[in-house]
Amino acid sequence: MSQFNFLNELTSAMTLDGEITRGPAPRWQKKLEASAMANSLNGSINASRSVLSMSYNTSFSGVNPPARTPRKVSGDTKCKKTPTPSKGTKTPSGGDRFIPNRGTSNFELGHYLIKQEQDKSENDDNDNSNNANKKTPSKVERQKLISDSLQVGDTKSTRILCYQNKAPAAPESHQNPLKVVYSINTPLSTKSGSRFIPTTSDRILDAPDIINDYYLNLMDWSADNIVTVALGNAVYLWNAVTGNIDQLVEYEEGDHACALSWIQDGQILAIGNNTGVVELWDCNKSKRLRVMDGHSARVGTLAWNSFLVSSGSRDGSIIHHDVRAREHKVANLNGHTQEVCGLKWSTDFKHLASGGNDNLVNVWAAVSGGTGSGTEPLHVLNEHQAAVRALAWCPWQPNLLASGGGTADRCIKFWNVNNGSLVNSVDTKSQVCALLWSRNYKELISAHGFAHNQLTIWKYPSMIKQAELTGHTSRVLQMAMSPDGSTVISAGADETLRLWNCFAPDPHTAKKASKAASKAKQSVFRQSIR
Amino acid sequence: MSTTQSTKNCITLRGSAQIIVEYLKYGINSILFQRGIYPPETFENTQQYGITILMSKDKKIEEFLSNVLQQTEDWLAKNMIEKISMVITNAHTKEVLECWDFKMQAELGDGETGDATKLTSSKELKRIQNEIRDVMRQISATVSYLPLLDCICTFDVMLYTLQNCEIPEKWDETGAVFIQNAQAVQLRSFSTGLHKVDTVVNYKMAS
Repeated sequence: MSQFNFLNELTSAMTLDGEITRGPAPRWQKKLEASAMANSLNGSINASRSVLSMSYNTSFSGVNPPARTPRKVSGDTKCKKTPTPSKGTKTPSGGDRFIPNRGTSNFELGHYLIKQEQDKSENDDNDNSNNANKKTPSKVERQKLISDSLQVGDTKSTRILCYQNKAPAAPESHQNPLKVVYSINTPLSTKSGSRFIPTTSDRILDAPDIINDYYLNLMDWSADNIVTVALGNAVYLWNAVTGNIDQLVEYEEGDHACALSWIQDGQILAIGNNTGVVELWDCNKSKRLRVMDGHSARVGTLAWNSFLVSSGSRDGSIIHHDVRAREHKVANLNGHTQEVCGLKWSTDFKHLASGGNDNLVNVWAAVSGGTGSGTEPLHVLNEHQAAVRALAWCPWQPNLLASGGGTADRCIKFWNVNNGSLVNSVDTKSQVCALLWSRNYKELISAHGFAHNQLTIWKYPSMIKQAELTGHTSRVLQMAMSPDGSTVISAGADETLRLWNCFAPDPHTAKKASKAASKAKQSVFRQSIR
Repeated sequence: MSTTQSTKNCITLRGSAQIIVEYLKYGINSILFQRGIYPPETFENTQQYGITILMSKDKKIEEFLSNVLQQTEDWLAKNMIEKISMVITNAHTKEVLECWDFKMQAELGDGETGDATKLTSSKELKRIQNEIRDVMRQISATVSYLPLLDCICTFDVMLYTLQNCEIPEKWDETGAVFIQNAQAVQLRSFSTGLHKVDTVVNYKMAS
């Protein structure tokens, strides 16, 4: 019923020259109107505006409104725009992912208004034959716009031409390769490898409120066997030896950590947050050591190189911070035009790889004898067709980089960074969220999203699937490896952390290794878990 | 005055048409690949706008596109095209599944001159290409929300021209296409200074 009130309001507003029929509305009426306004998302704009925006969303390839013919353009190009110019570009994230939005159009109201218009003119015809044909110019104009938008108007203003020799159809045997992205019925096929890999998780931890954002890095596992994870606006530490859980910090409402990264050795944790600063925390004392600014947008990824922490931000820049120096900012790398979401130093610290939402992987060479890296990328690798978040350097071949792309790409690509060439590319049939190399085997593990939300273990370099670890019910956001390299922890958007004992060393080789170095420290982690 | 004019980097109407036709060529090929309309093995990598774009190797598709785009360029240079639609149809039922609209809007460039054919724009080519690159990235990102085209498909290109446009040989006049239960998403636009190009994808909502 509120719609009728709204309509009355509109008609009275449009007959400006008419006499004022009533004074200020009573309170109950205003309230009703307010709710009517809220119902129509276009607010208080006039009716033709809401009809127009509806037409914008439904019209696709018919006739354009006459105002857009090129002839008319001269003189008023700047002011005459389509009713909803570049609406699609206004996503809140500013990225290139788009969520279709019909929010600005109210179809029910639009339909109702058109109906009302028709009914009214019919009534006029019947009731008042004198005034029947006297339509105001604005009404005529509106009618025209409505008919244009409904595409019942004449198609005389344009000609639609097409070439006679059509393009061929796809071959009959062709099946859309994208089907794998949508269908969930394809069976998992794995070739059983030479070793036993448990395909169920060892342990499941609850991770309530973990932020389901592909561009953040919300978990890391330290050399001291502490897992840090950001849940909601708090950061927690889980001691993998004792099982103790500590809350390191809780941010104020609206703020949260976006990236977590442990220093190679010790208890220093770097936290990048949504305001664009990088914080250093001493986790022994639960004390914040310093705050380093420099970015204008959230810091989504961090990478340590001894005393240097590199941060990648949504503003597309990467900054090297020297954590010892007062002037912490060593270099600012501007190789990405969009959010940086993957950042890894190579195992020999000679290269830094960065992946961004602009589908690029940049490789930066470290400055020999200095700190940081050059400000021009050594290689710009642009073969991925989607955002690159998953990056991993091979532990036994320091010039080998593995990178995985998002939904539109689904590939793991291997790069030789010495010459910037693509070594291999494998289609995983699902978005690649994270990649890790095993230190115990010549294998790597990749984390995926839809359809199976699985972790896949691949043999390198043959890239034969060794195992599929399933269990997550929503996409996997992050993976980290235990300090002894035997266990992988994965954080899923299903708000669980799962521990997979998938790289447990082979008992024979383990025995040999322990003989060779009998005094070597045994994994504290494995003692505690088993 | 005249010497500064001649050294300035400027784009004429014909040059602007070339830039747009090039965008259409890469854009349409990218759509064909990204939407999985033709087998991926019939595509090959090319580098353009600083990104990797996959181009069809199929002779028939190449020929079709080069014929269509050549004509498009001629008309664009005369500002006679309002819109170019790439229509994806089910090859068996002929149902229209998806429609990519490239809407052209003429712009004035550097300013008014008496003769419309002598308009120029001094927008840097690098900047235009960066704008195009952003649109191309968006095209490949659409895969994440567009519905699966789970049938044998084909495509066609339709040019929406002015009424006074003559129909050349081998061209036909046709009707507008309609998509049942359509949803439209507008991508970024780019401009050469003389033409502004809006890219809109219309697709059929899954029922």
